[in-house]
Amino acid sequence: MSLSAESLAKIERELAKYPPEHRQAAVMSALRIAQTEKGWLSKDTIAEVADYLRIPAIAALEVATFYNMYELEPVGKYKITVCTNISCMLRDSEEIVDHLEKKLGIGFNETTADGRFTLKEGECMGCCGGAPLFHINNTDMHEYLTPEKVDKILEGLDK
Amino acid sequence: MTATQTLVCLRTAGQADPASLETYLKLGGYAQLKRLVTEKVKATEIISQVKLSGLRGRGGAGFPTGLKWSFMPRYFDGTKYLVCNTDEGEPGTFKDRDIIRYNPHQLIEGMAIAAYTLGARVGYNYIHGEIWQDYEIFEAALDEARQAGYLGENLFGTGFSFDLHAVHGYGAYICGEETALIESIEGKKGQPRFKPPFPASYGVFGKPTNVNNTESYTSIPWIMEHGGQAFQELGVANSGGTKIFSISGHVEKPGNYEVNMGISFAELLALAGGVWKGRQLKAVIPGGPSTAVLPASAIIGATMDYDGLSKAGSSLGAGSMIVMDETTCMVKALKRLSYFFFEESCGQCTPCREGTGWLYRVIKRIVDGQGRMEDLDLLTDVSSNISGRTICALGDAAATPVLSFIKHFRPEFEYYIQHGRSMVEDGVAVEEVAYA
Repeated sequence: MSLSAESLAKIERELAKYPPEHRQAAVMSALRIAQTEKGWLSKDTIAEVADYLRIPAIAALEVATFYNMYELEPVGKYKITVCTNISCMLRDSEEIVDHLEKKLGIGFNETTADGRFTLKEGECMGCCGGAPLFHINNTDMHEYLTPEKVDKILEGLDK
Repeated sequence: MTATQTLVCLRTAGQADPASLETYLKLGGYAQLKRLVTEKVKATEIISQVKLSGLRGRGGAGFPTGLKWSFMPRYFDGTKYLVCNTDEGEPGTFKDRDIIRYNPHQLIEGMAIAAYTLGARVGYNYIHGEIWQDYEIFEAALDEARQAGYLGENLFGTGFSFDLHAVHGYGAYICGEETALIESIEGKKGQPRFKPPFPASYGVFGKPTNVNNTESYTSIPWIMEHGGQAFQELGVANSGGTKIFSISGHVEKPGNYEVNMGISFAELLALAGGVWKGRQLKAVIPGGPSTAVLPASAIIGATMDYDGLSKAGSSLGAGSMIVMDETTCMVKALKRLSYFFFEESCGQCTPCREGTGWLYRVIKRIVDGQGRMEDLDLLTDVSSNISGRTICALGDAAATPVLSFIKHFRPEFEYYIQHGRSMVEDGVAVEEVAYA
């Protein structure tokens, strides 16, 4: 098992939310925890998670391929997911996307050559009042974006 | 234009530390849970107050909450479950996020009251994947509530026990559908189940389960404090209480506004600062894209409640009001919405899986300048053949924007097909079509 003790402890905390005979219920959080540690989910990592939960690897793979915040291929250190859905579109998310594409020199589903940034297009994140917006690495939400604000956010990230 | 907000679900708004237990207790929080449980108030009495309140499912379906509660089996040998649906992914919907990050304890109290009423031993609040920071706020509130003795074993020494957990989604609109959400809690792909059986008889882990929206549960403590009648009277006939409207798009002040049901559209729009940049209103999607778009002329005189919006030709949905000004190209807007439904179809039912892709491709080819005039009939035909032919409502939701956009803004689509360009971007006057 190559997942860290810290990750396993987090998975145990998730397992405690469910009846002991339903270990599969923790698969979504277990995959999230594994992805946070590894950066993305390889077939091996998915199989490890499945083993730990004592479920077939295919059951974990099914989940990993169904939900769109799991990464099945390596991504950059910072994955920026921009919402382009209707409420963001009306507040010019296109300008934010153009700005990011120019600044980073990549398009959606691409990673910069130095491995720092990956750009993704997201579906509605349920924060439409703060449009336009993106989140970084599935966790850090940034709202009311302008090109200037985007520059500041990117400058504030560790190298 | 003097409408103000009525804060029931967003009661802690404006407080210094709105999400804290201390703030909630200061506002009388958990008093209703304690009263009902320690005085052993009968479930039938609580349910009759909820029925009297006129509270209807705030997630979009509008099903009467009291009636739903009465479907749960009274006697059951085993664990019954309570589920809260905080999986907000319908574009334009962001109200439940504000509840869990600003007023989490009222949701917890509402769920605990529901658990006491329905005999549920364990509860889950399923939270939308993209709002991790808010999920953590809710987890912290759960910890506070456990330590203070509002969740867990033998509450108030009465023998009533209720455990509540937060579950984090990971990016799937479909999980807002209650049976898909249940599948997801169980650790599976979020594909909706056939109904019947309904969750009240076969829900989480196959056990009786009551599923309500976040705003619905959060209304419960207020109803218990002031009575069902008082809640009903905040609103209008068939639409009791307050409603949080999430207002996004072309307004000066996007955000959540909790107001009495039946408020006029004009007053609500004014609360959000009106249409931005002094522009003209063109169209409004009143309840999220699964509700029909309305041209300005159809919504301007409407009242914001179940009957009012139904009369205007749409529905209240989740109260997710998307405002579009005169510069909006309806063809491009529809293209984005159709892509969303195509992307989020779970793939289980053929009409939805194939139909949503077909709709998107046809609208895309219009936007790409490759449209044909017969495409408009094709879109209508495909939409009509998805509606009513799928397990869940996503298929109907995908068809609604296509049908309503074409119905109300057909000349824009025709112009786009004829010229290969947007009528709005060409500066050609928008002639609103009669919507009768």
